[in-house]
Amino acid sequence: MISGISIYEILTVTSILFFIGVYGFITRTNLISILISVELMLNASVVNFVIINKYLFPEVLQGVYFSIFIIAVAAAETALAVSIIINLYRQISSVEVKDVETMKY
Amino acid sequence: MNFSSFLLMRQEIALLAIILLLVIAEIFIPKHKKVSIIHLVVFLFGIHTIVGFFEIDESNLFGGMFRTNHLIHFFKNVLNIGVLILLLQSADWIQEKIMNQNKGSEFFILLFSSLLGIYFMISAGDFLMFYLGLELSTLPVAALAAYETMKRISSESGIKLILSSAFASGISLFGISMLYATTGSIYFSEISQMLTSADLTLLGVVLLFAGISFKISLVPFHFWTADVYEGAPISVASYLSVISKGAAVFILMILLFTVLQSLVHFWENIIYVIAIATMFIGNLFALRQQNMKRFLAFSSIAQAGFILLGLIEGSQLGTATVVYFVLIYIFSNLAAFGVVQAISLQTGKEHIKDYEGLYRTNPNLSLVLMLALFSLAGIPPVAGFFGKFFLFTAAASKGFYLLVFLAVVNVTISLYYYLLVVRAMFLRKGDNPIPFFKNKIYMRIGLVITVLGILLLGIYSPLYNYIYELSSAFN
Repeated sequence: MISGISIYEILTVTSILFFIGVYGFITRTNLISILISVELMLNASVVNFVIINKYLFPEVLQGVYFSIFIIAVAAAETALAVSIIINLYRQISSVEVKDVETMKY
Repeated sequence: MNFSSFLLMRQEIALLAIILLLVIAEIFIPKHKKVSIIHLVVFLFGIHTIVGFFEIDESNLFGGMFRTNHLIHFFKNVLNIGVLILLLQSADWIQEKIMNQNKGSEFFILLFSSLLGIYFMISAGDFLMFYLGLELSTLPVAALAAYETMKRISSESGIKLILSSAFASGISLFGISMLYATTGSIYFSEISQMLTSADLTLLGVVLLFAGISFKISLVPFHFWTADVYEGAPISVASYLSVISKGAAVFILMILLFTVLQSLVHFWENIIYVIAIATMFIGNLFALRQQNMKRFLAFSSIAQAGFILLGLIEGSQLGTATVVYFVLIYIFSNLAAFGVVQAISLQTGKEHIKDYEGLYRTNPNLSLVLMLALFSLAGIPPVAGFFGKFFLFTAAASKGFYLLVFLAVVNVTISLYYYLLVVRAMFLRKGDNPIPFFKNKIYMRIGLVITVLGILLLGIYSPLYNYIYELSSAFN
């Protein structure tokens, strides 16, 4: 627990972080940036879990171990996404969204 | 807890054993005999499917994180049958296109890992297990969608699937964290007791619902579906539309009916709106598709809309109808995808226009496809009619008459585009129709099983009664 900072400030920060991630996912035109935006969203929930556990329910550590699992799974997700992006880059020499829209509507 | 209680996880353990066995087989089978891995996989998974039918006790494991009951067990068996048919149908494709790149066994390992994730997801007793199962069931499929590494569209569909599913899981995690904040627990049983209708809880429910809707491809979240189905290998598209979607429907049903039961008047409205939007958009976009895979993608979106009619009922009848419909949907959709796969493998043609005159050259295949499309449309003698009829009954029993009326309108629309394909096959004469070809034995077995399922499941009524009895588990 951080003295002088209540749970409201931290939850505000994580909510802002989450919606920056959503905004970035929708507006970015580069696949790597989209991936970074997704990571922002996941990390916002990680911080959420830790903070809620620490401030509201400190007797059981459910939120903390949930967050550890999220971090591990997010790493696996990123590795897979990057490997697919690399494979795509080998074929079209680009990681821009406008180059990966051969299928539409 | 003694070791014998691990036998509750018998299916998971058996599937894990198959995966490990395949890893070993990949090492020790010499390169020129790699084709035998296909026979090994079909044999092992066939045994696994049959053994799965033996009864299992109802209990919890690991302090309630893993739970099983007769309905969950039954649904795992249904998924097993679906995957077995899928393996039979894709065996030829793997043998001809994938084995010569020497990456056949990875395909099966990834496919079974995803199925293992689905097992854990539908047996989950808390949100951690649910999240891990969800991710384990999605990530291998993204790798499978990008499996034809030489093709550009395959990689494109892979990246679209992984990014949108990561986005979806990010959203649902944020929702879960809100549920955790208001209830103080991540266990389903504790959450359902502590649930209040505070604003934060409702926001959490909406976000969680949005995350799962991505997996089922309900309408505001359906944009990835058609692209991924078109680019991915057909067997992967068929896996996504049948097994993965069915399991996601099942876990959504468990969450809504048990965990969020006290908020029923809240999520009823969400489902009402989304069901209408999903049916209309899925059907109207399916009208203008020329590619068979995209066509089936939009048809599967529309079918997901119909499934919501069973979910809105919210009790035993809803559970039974949804499980029954998913069972029939698995057989019908696998038959349709099987025929598309057979034709695409032999000739590489995937457009509806290429199917003109198919009846003259390949009568058996066109009959199978016709039965599958009739079952998807819901024409009386075949099973799909009964599935849809029960879903509509479930929604009508709660008084949602307008919703049922709109659903019937949508059935009519869907009949039009399903019959377009049937007309192309039977009544049109193509300029260069697909020449006659004979399928290999696995593909034929796979198609025959689906046809038997379509013809018999609707008529054999004890099955529905059996499912209805099992469905009391969640109420």
